[in-house]
Amino acid sequence: MEEFAALLDALVYTTSRNRKLALIAAYLRSQPDPDRGWALAGLTEGLNFPAVKSSTIRNLMMERIDPVLWALSRDFVGDTAETASLLWPGPEDAAPQTPLSLAEVVERLSDLTRATAPKELADLFDRKDAKGRYALIKLATGGIRVGVSARLAKTAFAQAFDVAVEEVEEYWHALVPPYAELFDWAADGATPPDLAGVPRFRPFMLAHPLEDGEIDLSDYAAEWKWDGIRVQLVRTTNHEGRAETRVYSRSGDDISATFPELLGALPVDAVLDGELLVRGSAQGGEAGGAASFNALQQRLGRKTVSAKMLKESPAFVRLYDVLLCEGTDWREAPWKLRRATLEALMPHLPASHFDLSALVEADDFAHLARIRESARDAAIEGLMLKHRDSPYVAGRKAALWYKWKRDPLLVDCVVMYAQRGSGKRSSFHSDFTFGCWDGDPDAGAELLPVGKAYTGFTDAELKQLDKFVRQNTLNRFGPVREVKRELVFEVAFDSVHTSKRHKSGIAMRFPRIHRIRWDKPAHEADKIAALRALIKD
Amino acid sequence: MSAPFAWIRPEPWGIHIVPADTWVDPSRAVPRALVTHGHADHARGGHGETLATPATLAIMQLRYNTQAGAVPVDYGESIAIGGGVRATFLPAGHVLGSAQILLERAGERVIITGDYKRAPDPTCAPFAVTPCDIFITEATFGLPVFTHPPIGEEISKLLKSLSENAEGSVLVGAYALGKAQRVIAELRAAGHHDTIFLHGAMEAMCRLYEEQGVALGDLRLVSDAPSKDAMRGAIVLAPPSALNDRWSRRLPAPLTAMASGWMRVRGRARQRGVELPLVISDHADWNELTTTIAAVNPQETWITHGREEALLRWCQLNQRRARALALVGYEDEDD
Repeated sequence: MEEFAALLDALVYTTSRNRKLALIAAYLRSQPDPDRGWALAGLTEGLNFPAVKSSTIRNLMMERIDPVLWALSRDFVGDTAETASLLWPGPEDAAPQTPLSLAEVVERLSDLTRATAPKELADLFDRKDAKGRYALIKLATGGIRVGVSARLAKTAFAQAFDVAVEEVEEYWHALVPPYAELFDWAADGATPPDLAGVPRFRPFMLAHPLEDGEIDLSDYAAEWKWDGIRVQLVRTTNHEGRAETRVYSRSGDDISATFPELLGALPVDAVLDGELLVRGSAQGGEAGGAASFNALQQRLGRKTVSAKMLKESPAFVRLYDVLLCEGTDWREAPWKLRRATLEALMPHLPASHFDLSALVEADDFAHLARIRESARDAAIEGLMLKHRDSPYVAGRKAALWYKWKRDPLLVDCVVMYAQRGSGKRSSFHSDFTFGCWDGDPDAGAELLPVGKAYTGFTDAELKQLDKFVRQNTLNRFGPVREVKRELVFEVAFDSVHTSKRHKSGIAMRFPRIHRIRWDKPAHEADKIAALRALIKD
Repeated sequence: MSAPFAWIRPEPWGIHIVPADTWVDPSRAVPRALVTHGHADHARGGHGETLATPATLAIMQLRYNTQAGAVPVDYGESIAIGGGVRATFLPAGHVLGSAQILLERAGERVIITGDYKRAPDPTCAPFAVTPCDIFITEATFGLPVFTHPPIGEEISKLLKSLSENAEGSVLVGAYALGKAQRVIAELRAAGHHDTIFLHGAMEAMCRLYEEQGVALGDLRLVSDAPSKDAMRGAIVLAPPSALNDRWSRRLPAPLTAMASGWMRVRGRARQRGVELPLVISDHADWNELTTTIAAVNPQETWITHGREEALLRWCQLNQRRARALALVGYEDEDD
């Protein structure tokens, strides 16, 4: 447990992704089973101890400290777990005890009931220092939040044992903490875990951006790139005859609970690749199309979904590909065969929950380019180009699939605020907030912020920008500086939507700095009205 | 006869000793001031007369070029300041020259602690517990979450990180007066005798400490380092404001550390981008504050600059008479 507490503490203060990976990998290599498996579960939020809530901790403290002192401390620290870890009064005469392993702590936490939790937790707290108590409370109440995503933890695992992260992803959802089979396989070379009967995730096939040059349409098929979220739908029947369906996101996260309407919709065992969308009229044109990404966003990230949401914004999947179907693994087969299989499957799938991503037919590449240009109105992201003979392979493989995004939209904005970056960029002002005019700048119009971006410039440009910020600061608010309204950015973005969160009433998707217009006077930057005209909600 | 202790009156800009028309740590210029120590929120220039310990006067002269009207008072020396009031400067253990000020008039005794700590510090004289009727205490770390660990543990942490980061450097943010010299002295005591590199803002104060008899070993300015490589594997000290500044770009792969009592709270460290928090403070922590009040055992405790509320509550819970003073100009310094 001490080692886990030290790991959490180190992760709290580390901003560099590589250093985080190295810390977790070193921990996983050095710690015994099953401790390291429990640690991995803790980091990926795979643990749940229902008997311990934040209120359990607070009540425990109330018995030991004056409520006014508690409230003042909690207000200052801003985090219940940390406040409790700092304030816990150690026992007067602590007899030395053998330290508990992480596995022992997890076992004791699992055995807790609402009735036994206070006394047992107090005993555990007594055995630890502030750092140990912090780790313990975070572990027990869930939500460790040390800037480590599940994906990062899996990457660290792969790095620790020199295995492919795609393979780790494959096994991950089939196993439960402390992932003994996973460690046996990766660390000790045992046979890989048995995954029969488990609706597990298969790594996605991804596309390279089409940079330049033409491709031959007799080799490549084209289809729309829809603006939803890429999902994998997996249905498996186990040896007891029970079927289970799961929905996985592109990162391999299980998002089944967020989209319950899909879980009973697939009538056959299969693994399907598609775009998750909600019903609306913005994408796909005619009736039965999809709403804009903005509408889908309302449904993302929820653990429970209300009946009202299910009714108003039902989800469906626009299918791209088939990986497995009724016992046959199609991944080695060429795309054209998989496409035929998918088309043959469609009549068996309920139209309420599935449709097929149509192919885009074009006479030649130039014709396709024209079709792509007109795609703006359909509010879709661009085109996908898939080699007709391509197998379905994990990750990005050259020359098999290309994504050919629409050219981005461009707008000229004026820099208003700059903030220091983090990590390597902590001494540079690298995060910029920019605005557009709310009327005629020569007639007294004002700038309203329309977006924020921190990519799209070179290191040399970053230095110049930093210098500009320092020489043109009007006001300082902590790490943020307000600058003179002088510098124009040509900002590229994918789309623009209405937003109540911003005073300008709009929000951009994927804004990035396309060009720095040192030459352009600020009053020639664009007006909000120009951006508003591009809204396709 | 006037009401007890009516001769001492807290005002928003300092504590007024009425019959002597003298102020303690005033935040605006006055005809005569008693100054507890050299930090900017207590000491300022422009007074007609400034009474302080010789070391504090030296620090003030360096910072504000205040030579005129300087009246040195040694620790333990008792002087009449007029109106029947005697003032005695007693060690406070905060930084070099820091003093508590004992004021006596007609059998009534008042102590103003200024800033203080109880933990040992090789760069200054230790806090002297002295009985009094009214104890006016600081409360910078007046919350029970603040416990400063023994400094040896934090210095070991620093040296361990240094050995793990031999290819780079460890940049330690530390307040230029007091904290920086204490960290250096403790590093030397722990057997670290390598050259320590300094930000330019640290140089004069380190030299002053050495002139006052505090040995700090081999120090060198970052700007005098022959190359970036010369600072690999070295500790570099800078004021906290320089940690994320352009200045730090000249250092080889710096790991950012900060020596401050605030580092006890994770959020505070993360806000400042600190990768190695060192809980080192020149102020009393919660335990020192409460045990000091108990040891001095005054009739009444007045609480100033810091988190008065929690300490006030503690006094209440322990049946001690107490009140909070609202003085201006005292802020969370980069302790």
